[in-house]
Amino acid sequence: MRRVSKITAACALTAALAVTATACGQSSTEAGGSDEGKLKVGMAYDVGGRGDNSFNDSAARGLDKAKGEYKAETKELTAKSGETPADREQRLASLAEGGYNPVVGVGFAYKDAIDKVSAKYPKTTFGLIDSASEQKNVASIVFTEEQGSYLAGVAAALKSKDGKVGFIGGVDLPLIKKFAAGFRKGALDTNPKADVTVQYLSTGTDLSGFGAPDKGRAAAKGMLDKGVDVIFAAAGGSGAGAIEAVAAKPGTWAIGVDSDQAKDPALAKYSNSIMTSVVKNVDSGVFDLITSVKDGKPKTGTNSYSLAEDGVSLTTTGDHLKDIQAKLDEAKKKIVDGSIKVPTTL
Amino acid sequence: MKKFDKERVLLGLAAPLLAIVAAFLVTALVLAATGKEPFSAFGIMFDYGVKSDSQVYIINKATTYYLAGLAVAIGFRMNLFNIGVDGQYRLAAFFAAALGGALTLPGFLQIPLIIITAMIVGAMWAGIAGVLKVTRGVSEVVATIMLNMIATAIIGYLLQPGRLGHLDSAGTKVSTTPLPESARFFDFPTQPDPVWGFLIVAVLAGVAYWFTLSRTRFGFDLRTVGQSGSAAEASGVNVKRMVVTSMLISGAMAGLIGMPTLLNDSYEYSGDFPVGIGFTGIAIALLGRNHPVGIALGALLWGFLERGTGKLEFEGYDKEIVGVIQGVIVLCVVIAYEVVRRYGLKRQQRQVGEKLAAQARNSDNQEVSA
Repeated sequence: MRRVSKITAACALTAALAVTATACGQSSTEAGGSDEGKLKVGMAYDVGGRGDNSFNDSAARGLDKAKGEYKAETKELTAKSGETPADREQRLASLAEGGYNPVVGVGFAYKDAIDKVSAKYPKTTFGLIDSASEQKNVASIVFTEEQGSYLAGVAAALKSKDGKVGFIGGVDLPLIKKFAAGFRKGALDTNPKADVTVQYLSTGTDLSGFGAPDKGRAAAKGMLDKGVDVIFAAAGGSGAGAIEAVAAKPGTWAIGVDSDQAKDPALAKYSNSIMTSVVKNVDSGVFDLITSVKDGKPKTGTNSYSLAEDGVSLTTTGDHLKDIQAKLDEAKKKIVDGSIKVPTTL
Repeated sequence: MKKFDKERVLLGLAAPLLAIVAAFLVTALVLAATGKEPFSAFGIMFDYGVKSDSQVYIINKATTYYLAGLAVAIGFRMNLFNIGVDGQYRLAAFFAAALGGALTLPGFLQIPLIIITAMIVGAMWAGIAGVLKVTRGVSEVVATIMLNMIATAIIGYLLQPGRLGHLDSAGTKVSTTPLPESARFFDFPTQPDPVWGFLIVAVLAGVAYWFTLSRTRFGFDLRTVGQSGSAAEASGVNVKRMVVTSMLISGAMAGLIGMPTLLNDSYEYSGDFPVGIGFTGIAIALLGRNHPVGIALGALLWGFLERGTGKLEFEGYDKEIVGVIQGVIVLCVVIAYEVVRRYGLKRQQRQVGEKLAAQARNSDNQEVSA
């Protein structure tokens, strides 16, 4: 008995001390002091955050550039999996409250949170990537993924021996379907007899398809076995597996996504099999927004980064596109002048 | 006799407190190992965690977690490990959101309809595992894990444009049709943020849980089956029926988990609806020893930790530290309960031994004197 009560007493005392040492009633947002003049950029990443070698990292590059060029003070927060809309709102609000301006929400998951929080902080400029908000102080940054993918489809159809090309999507989200739709259209416009296989690694709310290289590898192998010889993988971290599988079979090509994957340290050894990568220049979107705030003319409304302004593009590392560059330029011109309309859904 | 009860209360309190203190010590070591000063980290968490807006956040979070803890605890009391709470609440919330978005009825009709739909869907989904267990002997652990996967696949299939989902104007987000204004649950107009009205339902669920388990014949049967199936069978309880019934109730409770988020916050089900709360519920039920008040404390603690660590990340600490604290707490809880249980058992044996020895001495004395 004596030992038990001693343990209990010690525990209770510790807990009580911890609780009573604090006051009640004040709101955390009452003590926010902002220092005017200094550029402070707040970033709220999607799940994965900095270091995902993909989408978030691209946004982080834009932030790093601003940090270097403008000596901006930065604060980066990252979403956890399984969080509620309230968590995202809280994240944005804490950045706005801390005097960060602009505050950038990376990923369409921040849409509703930005709608709500931007109304509470009308003097702060918010950036929203991959979605569009109607609020006055929000700059929506969207990319025409389908246009870049269209060019990838053109390249795939031209490089393929018998027109069998494949698309591996991480998750069957609308965003990934934009890639698929553009790729398919590009391939079919170039070679009407092309056979485009589309496969997703996971569905709906199961986002594991973005982080499962083994699934990517298996899907790519399956396609290769069926005679597909060009594979475009828009699957985040799973793409590495697909590229690896393609590299193991001579005479086949992989197309990367989001950043120049032939230059990715982990994938550089396969660079001879990576024909090109469809890059989405999130970094320039983020950097442009920060610049606009710094210059006192913050961007608002929907800012579309399309093929015309190189918001999306194909990389040319390794010069694998040299022989077909003319045809790609022609396709690009037609998209830019509007004579080719690229669909966003399959 | 009274003294004995007091000791039991002390023993009951010792385990969770021991666990929390041990967890904080381990976390302090981890923080120190990453080169950060641990006590300032705790200071930041406590300072921030008790601010008024933090209190609102913690209560709202705890509402969801409490329901999750209860759903898991019902199974635990029955010696059933319902890992499928996760799939049950997601599927339930999805169908409830789809139904709620499709109808426009007066609120007093539509809100109960949404809630009941969620409970029925949750119960049905859990019921599959219950029926499989009693008819084919499939372990509910395996069945519910599989059902989680299937629930994910079903939602993935149905939450598509043209089925039950619709695409937003930017073309990047699929969600169910948002609930009409009339189907939104009320808020308490607290400052600076409102507390979700669903708190009331959570409290009622807690009272119902307590009453059913400790004040009804059904609850008695349930606990008996949990402690010994064969003994319950022998005393005339239909064990198979109890297994299915308790899975149904656990599932119905799980159906409520998504409701605070749906009716008070998101008003729609989309790809970013919170996932994994069912697993959080397991930790919270363990932490709260399946007791309605204990689970409430566990849920509040969980909310507090999440709130506090959000601030830690802002202050430059690693964001993973919350996961470390939570994981360590669950481990410590399991270990602390076992340590305290063994100590209690030993103490009981000693007491019984002493009593028997005293009796023996008495009877010896009597024999001698006789």
